[in-house]
Amino acid sequence: MTTSSTNAILEARGVSKLFGGVQALRDVSLSVRPGEVLAVVGENGAGKSTLMKILAGVEQPSEGSILVDGRPSVLSHVQQALSAGIALIHQELNLAPNLDIGGNIFLGREPRRFGLLAKSTIANQARHHMARLGLDVSPSTRLDSLSIGKQQLVEIAKALSINARVLIMDEPTSSLSQQEAERLYDVVRQLRSRGIAICYISHRLNEVTDLADRVVVLRDGKCVGQLTGSQIDRDEIVRMMVGRDVSQFYQRKPHSAGDAAITVSSLSTSTFPQQRLDFTVRSGEIVGIAGLVGAGRTELLTTLFGITPPVGGTMFVAGKSFAPRNAADAIAAGVVLAPEDRRQSGLLLQKGVRWNLSLASLRQKLNRHGFVRRRDESDLCRRAIEQLEIRTTSREMPVRTLSGGNQQKVVLGKWLATQPQVLLLDEPTRGIDVGSKSEIYGLMHDLAGQGVAVLFASSEMEEILGLSDRVLVMHQGRITGEVLRDQLSEESIMQLAVEQSQQTLDDASA
Amino acid sequence: MRANKFNPFASLEGSKFMGIFGLLLAIGIYTAISSDRFLLAVNLENIVHRTALFGILSLGAAFVIITGGIDLSIGSVVCLTGILLPYLLTQCLWSVSAAVATVLAISVAIGLIHGVMITKMRLQPFVVTLCGLLLYRGVARGITNDESQGFGLAYKGLRTLATGHVSLFEGQPYAFRLPATTLILIVVTVIAVVILNRTVFGRYLLAVGSNPDAAKYSGINVDRVTSAAYVICSTLAGLGGVLFVLDVNAAQPSDFGNFYELYAIAAAVLGGCSLRGGEGNILGVVVGAAVMVVLSNAINLVHPEYQNIEFAIIGGVILAGVTVDALVRRLIRSRKSSYE
Repeated sequence: MTTSSTNAILEARGVSKLFGGVQALRDVSLSVRPGEVLAVVGENGAGKSTLMKILAGVEQPSEGSILVDGRPSVLSHVQQALSAGIALIHQELNLAPNLDIGGNIFLGREPRRFGLLAKSTIANQARHHMARLGLDVSPSTRLDSLSIGKQQLVEIAKALSINARVLIMDEPTSSLSQQEAERLYDVVRQLRSRGIAICYISHRLNEVTDLADRVVVLRDGKCVGQLTGSQIDRDEIVRMMVGRDVSQFYQRKPHSAGDAAITVSSLSTSTFPQQRLDFTVRSGEIVGIAGLVGAGRTELLTTLFGITPPVGGTMFVAGKSFAPRNAADAIAAGVVLAPEDRRQSGLLLQKGVRWNLSLASLRQKLNRHGFVRRRDESDLCRRAIEQLEIRTTSREMPVRTLSGGNQQKVVLGKWLATQPQVLLLDEPTRGIDVGSKSEIYGLMHDLAGQGVAVLFASSEMEEILGLSDRVLVMHQGRITGEVLRDQLSEESIMQLAVEQSQQTLDDASA
Repeated sequence: MRANKFNPFASLEGSKFMGIFGLLLAIGIYTAISSDRFLLAVNLENIVHRTALFGILSLGAAFVIITGGIDLSIGSVVCLTGILLPYLLTQCLWSVSAAVATVLAISVAIGLIHGVMITKMRLQPFVVTLCGLLLYRGVARGITNDESQGFGLAYKGLRTLATGHVSLFEGQPYAFRLPATTLILIVVTVIAVVILNRTVFGRYLLAVGSNPDAAKYSGINVDRVTSAAYVICSTLAGLGGVLFVLDVNAAQPSDFGNFYELYAIAAAVLGGCSLRGGEGNILGVVVGAAVMVVLSNAINLVHPEYQNIEFAIIGGVILAGVTVDALVRRLIRSRKSSYE
């Protein structure tokens, strides 16, 4: 790579990393300069996170060297990296939810007076750092009362309070709403203009093309390319990431919709008891649910799945009355949900692939007088691994060791084994690499082709536009509109997604 | 293709089992070398017998721990059932079947109440069963006026359940006889192994302990499964209480079964149950109970002068055992840690 290292603040030179026998990184070089946003992209398992951990002193390189301000440095601890001005903002935030903002910003280096916490100093300094990020909240606010987006700003404020010159951000927007993400982009741009170097990992290629001055693409632990300025192009990045052309990313297949699979009338969820929801999803149809974060999409799906009981209304599945009191009722009726947070609600992370795949089928299909039909379980597991192309070294492999894409395939495999009629998916490809995404999309198309009714909620506009036969747009617990295939556009959806808020603004001003 | 086989060396649970089994062997060999009385038939009979009694309690504790819970009331349930049985028989003059059935029904009811409090009222298991610990012993002392309860010279037949033996080497010089309690432990163990490893319910138990939220989202009735674990635990504690009192003949309400919950929990943890839930090995738990009993026996035989600090020694050995286990596990993990 031709990275001029003259004024690089942080540089990796020929870095390799071995974990046991696995080569996670192979001779990777990159550098980042003050006032620059460097995006690092690559599929899951490409080595991005490992590289970032090495730069932040969490891991040590097996070979190669790290240079800070052009001088070879050994960052053997996070503390050493921090004192060199390098801060890592982790994917899962490293904050204490039960402490207030000030307490989090100064955690571990609290200003003291006579051995006691100097509360007013903490508050004043915290306020100062927050103001620079446009965060207008009292420093004594408990962290867990903030939105994820604001918590992230606190984490950035914490990094700035130690005079960080390099910020390494690992998928900072993966759990943010669109508005929160926009705000974060502003902060990133502002930090850049103040001369801070930013290393940015992301799956969202749109934000990479918007934000980055330079893009480094990793594949299989190797640096496969670099794009600068005007060269940065979405299709080019994707091609480098997967090493093949993915022009057919969203295969547009027409589906022939059949009879109504699930009909919802006057449904009220417990989160939005005053709203009434009415819609139908027919078998063989893929229906997307769009909306801003907090629009009530997740609440709708968990209500359909029997997790949260509805406040009112009626539902029908395949013409029969459907009133699930728990997930077991929904599964028995053929309605299943791949939840938003698969690690929290979808998987037994410590347990093997086989256990996870069979879990939902134990009650009915794999049950012989209370005993597990182990041969059938083994067959079910083999079929699911083949059908979904789950990449695992063995069926006893704990699912926490699988990539995000393969974990999601395990969740889907669990449900396909129950032969559902209605498949609900909440953010089906969150945190999943590009290659696995297209496999999951393919699977959704296949299932629709087999007559399954697919209803999915997504915050990714491309996903909504690329997959749906029809889109329901939600806002504040209400379905504000329905967009048919031939009218699908980002504008038509966004208008419906924010329409209500404008209306309420008008009402308020009236 | 059948990957279900239990391989003691490959799986995590298997390696834990080998670890605890190794500890048992080491203590056994040390004691056998240091004391010529360890291998005497009567001593081994006693060890096996006590292992059976504590093993039954430990298996109950293991079921609760597997769901990610805890039961601190085991010792007090032992006390309550242990004093109620002789009390109902000798003071109230109930029939044997009515007394035994009542005592076991009370144990089941206690577990059911724990389960409902924990799942429906969303109370913490530690708090619920800690209150149980105080409550049941208090009730036991109240009923009996804090007076010792026993069978005297009566009920010899019933007591055979706990004191009887089966001669294995009839007419041979080595006179080891298998205690009847061991047979009961074997039956309980086999049932527990089958439940945990072969039934849908067992799989649900491990799933609930591993990730209750994912279990709920997979259609498992988490509340029912959790409650069932507490019922199993209290029932086995009740059975243990009956056997303990039949064995010793006299029970003092103020100290009968004291600390037994801690022995049971320690044995379960030694045997491979994680207090975080989702992990457990039935055979390991039985071996864990044996370790506790053999350790106590070793102190009696080899270092009777240390009997006053028996607790300290047991605590120290367990702590050393789990520390070594954690260090070994960390070593293995750092060797094969995966990337990303």
